[in-house]
Amino acid sequence: MSSSAQIRIRDLHKSFGENEVLRGIDLEIGEGEVVCVIGPSGSGKSTLLRCVNLLEEPGRGQVFVGGTEVTDPDVDIDAVRRRIGMVFQQFNLFPHLTVTENLTLPQRRVLGRDKAASARTAAENLARVGLSEKADAYPSALSGGQQQRVAIARALAMGPQVMLFDEPTSALDPELVGDVLAVMRMLADEGMTMMVVTHEMTFAREVADRVVFMDGGVVVEQGTPEQVIGAPRHERTRHFLSRLLDPAMAEVEEGSSDQVGKAG
Amino acid sequence: MSGVTEPAGAGTRPRAKGLTRRQRRRVSRGAQYVVFVAAVIAFAFAADWGRLQDQFAQVDIARQMFPDVITLALRNTVLYTVSGFVVGLVLGMVLALMRLSSVGPYRWVAGIYIEIFRGLPALLIFVFIGVAVPLAFPGTEIVGGTYGKVAIALGLVGAAYMAETFRAGIQAVPKGQMEAARSLGFSPARAMISIVVPQAFRIILPPLTNELVLLFKDSSLVLLLGVTLEERELSKFGRDLASQTANSTPILVAGLCYLLVTIPLGFVVRRLESKAREAVK
Repeated sequence: MSSSAQIRIRDLHKSFGENEVLRGIDLEIGEGEVVCVIGPSGSGKSTLLRCVNLLEEPGRGQVFVGGTEVTDPDVDIDAVRRRIGMVFQQFNLFPHLTVTENLTLPQRRVLGRDKAASARTAAENLARVGLSEKADAYPSALSGGQQQRVAIARALAMGPQVMLFDEPTSALDPELVGDVLAVMRMLADEGMTMMVVTHEMTFAREVADRVVFMDGGVVVEQGTPEQVIGAPRHERTRHFLSRLLDPAMAEVEEGSSDQVGKAG
Repeated sequence: MSGVTEPAGAGTRPRAKGLTRRQRRRVSRGAQYVVFVAAVIAFAFAADWGRLQDQFAQVDIARQMFPDVITLALRNTVLYTVSGFVVGLVLGMVLALMRLSSVGPYRWVAGIYIEIFRGLPALLIFVFIGVAVPLAFPGTEIVGGTYGKVAIALGLVGAAYMAETFRAGIQAVPKGQMEAARSLGFSPARAMISIVVPQAFRIILPPLTNELVLLFKDSSLVLLLGVTLEERELSKFGRDLASQTANSTPILVAGLCYLLVTIPLGFVVRRLESKAREAVK
């Protein structure tokens, strides 16, 4: 699996001012692999994901995507990003454009596709996420779940080799989460390489090939979902999972911090 | 507020001067109405209505102004305003993008420009364009004669304000929009033009329309440039006629012509604002 690594991260460091968010991350994601990154808020998992397509500039270390070094100062970052699809927590659809235009405009402006070709690709991808009937709607007329599926379709229309998901269901009402996860599961089944930051343990357990637990800016442990979620070896992982799976059982802690082990 | 601490009868405080809150409010409002009506009556009796009509509302003089006040004066006012607005819009957009640039000198130049031109009276700029520039650069001719000069003068004034409006509008577009565009492979410039600026435009449409109203009024300063008969706009036209006839009716008519445009524009602004509020929801 490492022979055809699509994403390779080496000794990645990132600080925001004094706050060291990533403290030396090494991670490889093979072709067609689905990796879920879990961990408490403030653990650096979103920052790690955003370093992969350079939305955040890492302080030290290297990131390779499909053999190209993203962190090379001379890299054509716009060209690299065309191969990396990204889905945001807040959807970030373009509100002044219709659903179809959200999908066609990037294809035409970035890839230089003509009107007919981009419209065809848009229609195909809207069908994939089951939203063909919303083609002419504006994003504000859609539910959160529908908006997120359009956002996924928009990323797919660019023909990416890798998909990054930054807490894609965290901003959704609970009853809408399932539709988005179903689309992601379909993508995983089709063999898409995916890196997913999520709190959805069921999704991680059933869909992920590998689960990575991060805390305090380092990878604490990783392995198959059975290993990491089913039988965590580290105390920090166990603590996090117990709080996540049964929030009502958490007790008031010293310093009342929700970022366990932040100092350590 | 005190409902928690006082268990029973929290609202019924001991009556001051025998009046309840409701009664006191009614008395206070009644007093205000009385003062207002008294002021109106006093004005109606004090004014010399015959003289006022003579001075401001002479129908023959007003009739004499038509159709020139519309076909010439109002037309020129609109022409001056629109040309100045277009220049200001383009220049303001450029300044706003410079202000937000990561290149230091761009930011400084734009910042200095905005500070200077926002701080100077529009009148001074007109004098500068009309008198100082021809003297300082002899032989230079501003394209379009008076029309060109007005476009530049109003544009210079308007650009400083519009640049700040644009900047606020661009910054009001959520950061995620730029991130989404960049993650799709848009270059920074492309993302700005295709994604951010169109959204910023919607946000700033109401304040931009306000700016149009301000320029509309400032266009009266063109009389400082020394205009020909054909180039007169509302203020100059009204003033000329007022001194010719030794009567203020032309001023009143010119004023009404301004309101003919500014009041509907104000209505449009309020409509746009309430629409924008709905869109946010």
